[in-house]
Amino acid sequence: MLQLVLKRVLNAVLLLATVLVLNFTLIHLAPGDPAEVIAGEMGGATEEILAAIRQQYGLDQPFHIQLGRYLGQVLQGDLGYSYYFNTSVIGLIGQRLPATLVLVITAALLSIVTGTLLGVVAARRPNGLLSHFTTIISLVGYSAPVFWTGLVLLILFASMLPWFPVSGMNDILLKNPSWWIQVWDVLHHLVLPAFTLAIIYIAQYSRLARASMLEVLGADYIRTAHAKGLSADRVVYKHGLRNAILPVITAAGLQFGNLFAGAVLVETVFNWPGLGSLAFDSILRRDYPTMLGILFFSAFMVTVANLLTDVAYGVADPRIRKR
Amino acid sequence: MFRRNHTAVAGLLLLLLIMGATLLGPSLYPIDPFEMVWAPLSPPGEEGWVLGTDQLGRDILAGLIHGGKATLLVGVTAALISVFIGVTIGALAGYYGGWVDEVLMRITEFFQVLPALLLAMVLVMLFSPTLTTITIAIGVVSWTAEARLARAEFLRIRELDFVKAARTISSSDARIIWRVILPNASPPLIVYAALITGVAILFEAGLSFLGLGDPNVMSWGLMIGSGRQYFLDAWWVVTFPGIAIFLTVLSISLIGDGLNDALNPKLRER
Repeated sequence: MLQLVLKRVLNAVLLLATVLVLNFTLIHLAPGDPAEVIAGEMGGATEEILAAIRQQYGLDQPFHIQLGRYLGQVLQGDLGYSYYFNTSVIGLIGQRLPATLVLVITAALLSIVTGTLLGVVAARRPNGLLSHFTTIISLVGYSAPVFWTGLVLLILFASMLPWFPVSGMNDILLKNPSWWIQVWDVLHHLVLPAFTLAIIYIAQYSRLARASMLEVLGADYIRTAHAKGLSADRVVYKHGLRNAILPVITAAGLQFGNLFAGAVLVETVFNWPGLGSLAFDSILRRDYPTMLGILFFSAFMVTVANLLTDVAYGVADPRIRKR
Repeated sequence: MFRRNHTAVAGLLLLLLIMGATLLGPSLYPIDPFEMVWAPLSPPGEEGWVLGTDQLGRDILAGLIHGGKATLLVGVTAALISVFIGVTIGALAGYYGGWVDEVLMRITEFFQVLPALLLAMVLVMLFSPTLTTITIAIGVVSWTAEARLARAEFLRIRELDFVKAARTISSSDARIIWRVILPNASPPLIVYAALITGVAILFEAGLSFLGLGDPNVMSWGLMIGSGRQYFLDAWWVVTFPGIAIFLTVLSISLIGDGLNDALNPKLRER
């Protein structure tokens, strides 16, 4: 088991190093001069200023030297300095990370719990009302663009029925709020964006849970449990659910990257001050260091999520350890 | 089987309707989607503008009719690129195994750890947003699952007797890959291709929504993106283009479900 984990970790480190090198190369290959981007932020530039900027940022060096310097920096935990925000990229990421984590984790939990429950209910009563509701939710989740779902929810529940705030994460008009008012305020702002992001995955997980539940409910040990005289609910929720939820957990672990990418759109719609909107701003402003930093950071998070899923799965299912 | 599946037929009809409106619409309803026709932000129905006007007084119905072309074209072409890359990589990795498999799967992993939409955004921005770069960017970021699926199928099928038989009569590798194994591996790959088409359309919409689309071509995502600031006063500006995207993707996923039932009979009872 330990050997397996070590091998996976080593693979992950190599993969992340490749991500760094390839992304850096990609941005270098792209047309456009970073010096002009920097100069543009400072408002116009002559050829001398451009040359000075190139020298200052090391852009006049040959490619392999720039790459080497960048890799050295990253190894020391430094992702460079943002052209646009004029601060360190790692600091920017640290500043925006909490908001994204709150959003993404809430959406993940919401979708796992709701998706599994809907799937289980749908598996028990394939022609029931809830089963049809599940089908509709899953169609909407699969087919509606997430940014549009967000806007429609805003129209319905922030404008027509003014229950939730239109944008942001905090109410700036609150004066010296106590901590629980602040928490309540964030939760109040969180409802619509988290649900918007979750709906895609509720769709996927309810389907997965339904399929795996149908399979599990046909298994011999379920018949045995019934034969022992256990109540139907107990059989389904204790013996069935436990086995049916594994594929959902795996899928959730592997979906982490997509969840993060979805956050880019959702954060833009709701003006949520997270990494997603930072990613969007940095791409729009051609802020290369921030762009590279966020790409690397998201690859890092996805890799860690995949590793954890692998390990958790190995712990839960002894058959996998042997491979 | 396909014909007996009602939802799939409904999906097909819906898609044909949308394609018909997109192809024939512009000649039947020749109003320029970029032209100001009436007072900005007029609600639906006013002065015969059935779906109202946007913030620049442009006809939303004209936008819907003209905007479908870019979305469908980019979505379908990107899906074709994605399926081509995915199937080629998966087929080679699964068929040859060994170091070929190792290298190709590493490449796949690289694309898997980078969030696809984020990578597409970066690619489009770096190489300037035109219909071509957007199509390629979406195709390049969305093939990994298809590759894994193709690899798994090739790994399974290459051990079967009829492949061994083909080998004993010394068919070339290329012939075995494309003519012997691929036809047998194709059902799940085709079903997945339908899914990719839907995702590619959503990606195109997302990119245009974020302002990373081609600004000179009307598209549904662009309509939502540019009308976004006004959605609280004028719900129709963002709602109708979204319904168009939703129905398009819905029709494709219904067709995908139908194909799945028809091509994978073992899963039918689920």
